[in-house]
Amino acid sequence: MSATSPTDTGLDLDDALPPKGTAWNNSERRKITMDGLWHNNPGLVQLLGLCPLLAVTGNLINGLGLGIATIITLTVSNIIIAFTRNWVRKEIRIPYYVLVIASIVTVIDLSMNAITPELHSVLGIFIPLIVTNCLIIGRAEAFASKNTIKRAALDGFMMGLGFTLVLIALGAIREILGSGTLFADASLMFGDIAKDWYIKPFEEYQGFLLAILPPGAFLVMGLLIAMKNVVDKKLKS
Amino acid sequence: MKFKTKTSPFFNSSQNINSVMLQVLIALIPGTLTLMYFFGAGIFLNVIISIVFAVSLEIFALIIRKRPLLPFLSDLSAIVTAWLFALTLPPLVPWWIIFVGVFFAIIVAKHLYGGLGYNPFNPAMVGFAVLIVSFPFEMSQWIHPRTFEGLGAYDFGLVEQLGFIFGDQKPAWDAITMATPLDEVKTGLRAGTDYGKVLEGSTYLQTFSQNTWIWSSLAFILGGIWLLYKKVIQWQIPAALLGTLGFISAVFYIFSGDSFASPLFHITSGATILGAFFIATDPVSASTTPIGKLIYGASIGFFIYIIRVWGNYPDAIAFAVLIMNMAVPMIDYYTQPRVFGHKPSFFSSGATQRKQDKKS
Repeated sequence: MSATSPTDTGLDLDDALPPKGTAWNNSERRKITMDGLWHNNPGLVQLLGLCPLLAVTGNLINGLGLGIATIITLTVSNIIIAFTRNWVRKEIRIPYYVLVIASIVTVIDLSMNAITPELHSVLGIFIPLIVTNCLIIGRAEAFASKNTIKRAALDGFMMGLGFTLVLIALGAIREILGSGTLFADASLMFGDIAKDWYIKPFEEYQGFLLAILPPGAFLVMGLLIAMKNVVDKKLKS
Repeated sequence: MKFKTKTSPFFNSSQNINSVMLQVLIALIPGTLTLMYFFGAGIFLNVIISIVFAVSLEIFALIIRKRPLLPFLSDLSAIVTAWLFALTLPPLVPWWIIFVGVFFAIIVAKHLYGGLGYNPFNPAMVGFAVLIVSFPFEMSQWIHPRTFEGLGAYDFGLVEQLGFIFGDQKPAWDAITMATPLDEVKTGLRAGTDYGKVLEGSTYLQTFSQNTWIWSSLAFILGGIWLLYKKVIQWQIPAALLGTLGFISAVFYIFSGDSFASPLFHITSGATILGAFFIATDPVSASTTPIGKLIYGASIGFFIYIIRVWGNYPDAIAFAVLIMNMAVPMIDYYTQPRVFGHKPSFFSSGATQRKQDKKS
């Protein structure tokens, strides 16, 4: 058995791979960008990584924190996996991906613990759990293992950004509905200067507890997906 | 074109959605009047406000979904949902709480799933569950019920009550509210007090004739009998629900009468009777086969006991019904009645169905 390039992996999450030798031009870049941010958005279309997506978005800052950690992990893991794609045998690719992702996440976990200890304690188990986020291993398998480093890096960053935007939207909606605030706890991430960022649009609002609880996460997520589908339908016609 | 079926002895039913819903509304009247007697006009205001919101939201949803207004409005289903939902609310809740509940019942639980007939969950109970999870304080303010000797601790005029519901002023909750029997017994038993002593400690629980919930339960049973008589509901769900709840609570009561409440208490307090006859029997979200109805009702009774005794929410009907709503497709799949002429066997139709699925 020879070391084949892992193009025939059986799994096919991304149906629109560029043919071999496609020029690295603007339209290619635009396509990867738009896929990550909108057409193939990990949160709204692929529905990958739902567990952290739903669990930490009780407020905007938690969502942003996890989003940034995911962007870094996804970009770095995509680069490394694209770089080593021709040397890794098909049979061991999954353990190899997990190893690479786990190393990156460990670095991020320890760095966050050092730089923003409070945010780290709020996000808790969900930082180490990025290892098992199916979005990251999904992109490694479906994109990075078949594409050049440049493409994989852009794809990782854009997919991460798309995921982060969904986290932010979900976090903002749930925070406003659930506790009537926005940017609460911003100081956890940005330090003391962020203490005044805290907004409370309606002074009397007591908060709608359901939005912060898990069912609220599922409801708001479902509404976001519905809104995306409506926009797509409007754009088509 | 009308197709008339002539030969085989088919059952003909004169029922349509409209008449069924009308019978449910009629059956709700005695129970509602009883609650109004004990808690004042607040109950009536809840019902009226809920119906107004429900019908407006129904019109709004129908316009957005481009459906004809008149046939869908005249089936009265929105009114029944609103009325059942309103009976779960304590009197004098602020209007916006009613609005949030009705919004979730009509828009989220009913129309987002495709409207009447397509909703997997009981809309009224979805509305109630959202409220009890989100606003536990407002949803547990049950005022002192009136006694037969005279008024209770409250005496509000209609204008004053409207002020509480729509205005900024708040009644002095601590002075006029009291724990419901379910809360009182649960708190007492959790604190380790004997069941007998919990009952002795409360004049309200002691005397049968003054227990609001027993009287309203009797009134709802009256409505339930009317529905059975009119063949709007079948006996299976209420019988299985009450039987299971009574059986489980009897087992616990016989073996440990000090730390568990009596079966009579479980059946007559809270919304058990209302749930058994009006909520669990919702024709859309309940099981539809005869055996399935027994399983469905019994499971609801089981979950009511579990959630009531070991859960933290005041009552369990809504959660028990919603849990079993999820199981209804599976229950119905495995309990389809045998088609005449086919081999009798339990699960038979399910197995045939699976074979057909495989073939195609």
